[in-house]
Amino acid sequence: MLVVAVLVPALLFASVWVMIILLLSQLPLLFIGRVARRWALSLRAGVFLSGLIFVVNFFTGSLFSAIALTLRFLVLLTTFSLFFMTTSPDDLGLALDRIGAVRWLSRKWLGYPNALSFTFTTAVRLVPTLAVDAQTVVDAQRSRGLELDKGNLFRRIRNYIPILIPLLLIAIRRSLELAEALESRGFPGKEGRTSLFQLKLKGPDYAVIAVSVVMIVVSVWVFLHYRVPVF
Amino acid sequence: MIRLERVSFRYPSGLLALHDIDLTIQGGDFLAIMGENGAGKTTLAKQLNGLLKPSEGRVTVDGEDTRKVSVAHLARKVGLVFQNPDHLLFSETVKDEVAFGLKNFGFTPEVVEKQVGRTLEALGLAEYADTSPFLLSGGERKRVALASILATEPDYLILDEPTIGQDYQQKERLRNFILQLYSQGKAVVMITHDVEFVAEANPKVILLSKGGIVGQGSAESVLSRDEMVNRASLVKPQMSRLFGSLARFGLPRDVVDVHRARLLLEEKLGGVKETVTTNS
Repeated sequence: MLVVAVLVPALLFASVWVMIILLLSQLPLLFIGRVARRWALSLRAGVFLSGLIFVVNFFTGSLFSAIALTLRFLVLLTTFSLFFMTTSPDDLGLALDRIGAVRWLSRKWLGYPNALSFTFTTAVRLVPTLAVDAQTVVDAQRSRGLELDKGNLFRRIRNYIPILIPLLLIAIRRSLELAEALESRGFPGKEGRTSLFQLKLKGPDYAVIAVSVVMIVVSVWVFLHYRVPVF
Repeated sequence: MIRLERVSFRYPSGLLALHDIDLTIQGGDFLAIMGENGAGKTTLAKQLNGLLKPSEGRVTVDGEDTRKVSVAHLARKVGLVFQNPDHLLFSETVKDEVAFGLKNFGFTPEVVEKQVGRTLEALGLAEYADTSPFLLSGGERKRVALASILATEPDYLILDEPTIGQDYQQKERLRNFILQLYSQGKAVVMITHDVEFVAEANPKVILLSKGGIVGQGSAESVLSRDEMVNRASLVKPQMSRLFGSLARFGLPRDVVDVHRARLLLEEKLGGVKETVTTNS
């Protein structure tokens, strides 16, 4: 919710001051969530892209709009970092499960209310495994004399075929195995499955939701009635 | 000659996977690297063809430092067969798969075809030459993977768990094949947990534990000693367990293979030998 609350003003206004306020307001959260160090790492990864955004906007717009848009990128980066670094995919899956609309859609499409959230968590989980596989495939093909960075552009793209095909097949084979493993353990089970951890909205959660709603409403209202200057 | 001098390796994550490894591999050698899961066996294998470079110490292949030459260059001499064939199979036919390495190394089409034919024949895969590797069974895919490396005739062959998923007759074939290779002067290094295979094939055993070499010697001397096998999370081969309990009859403890066991037992039983043969 807070993510949306930050995104709405960040995308509505291209103003340096708004961005600075949004960025600063998230800093304490980074420290509370103890992800400041990892956030700094993702910032470092974003340096090149923010530099690019700055340069492009500097030449197509003005200095201040370039600063504002670069800051906007950093705000988005920070918001998403904060969200994904503090929220485990499992919790997110559980939360999705509690949303009526998701359950309804899931039952409608897939015939089972938990299927959609399960698909989401499974997909997120397979990413690190697939990354390990990718490294192994690259190693295996290099051991057969494959040189990825050899030849012209066309040749280089072709060089990736021996990497992509095994990887794709591994992913497909793994999903089929996973499906069989799930079925042999009784998936999807009966309606009304319970979970070990029940997510419940408590006082602070309502406070966050309230703050977020106020932020969204105020931003939209200001956007409709005033023109916020870039600087 | 592949030479590892005081090699240590630390993964970027900070995990110290190898420390102070000294090892020499020469033509005609047959080594088995054994050790518990996570001991560093595969990491060690990847040092041999330059996929991983040592953090400290150095690895040289025929005098060339692995840090200074490309993996593709080393791959011509050092063939590394990965454990899981699914990590390398991608071609439409078994023939193309085996030809991949040869083409990478720039051999002429005639040489490629000749080598592919020979290798498929040698590994009993000739009938699958035009089949898709993905339609083969797990054990067959593993042999295609092996063939795809063998076709390039590397001087040093590194096999990561070659016996997994192979039936007993295939293992027997593999054993003979390895024997053929190292008697031709090639070096064969296999990473394995398969104590029975090692007991019968009798390579020099390098015991790896927690990233360091904790013991080495003949299969007999390593696999028949409790303190050695326990350290590497292995179990003694059946013959060794049998002779461990027969020691009180004056038989040696360090017997691991059927052949030597038979000779010793025949000698011991002496007179009764005849009745045994007539019974069977």
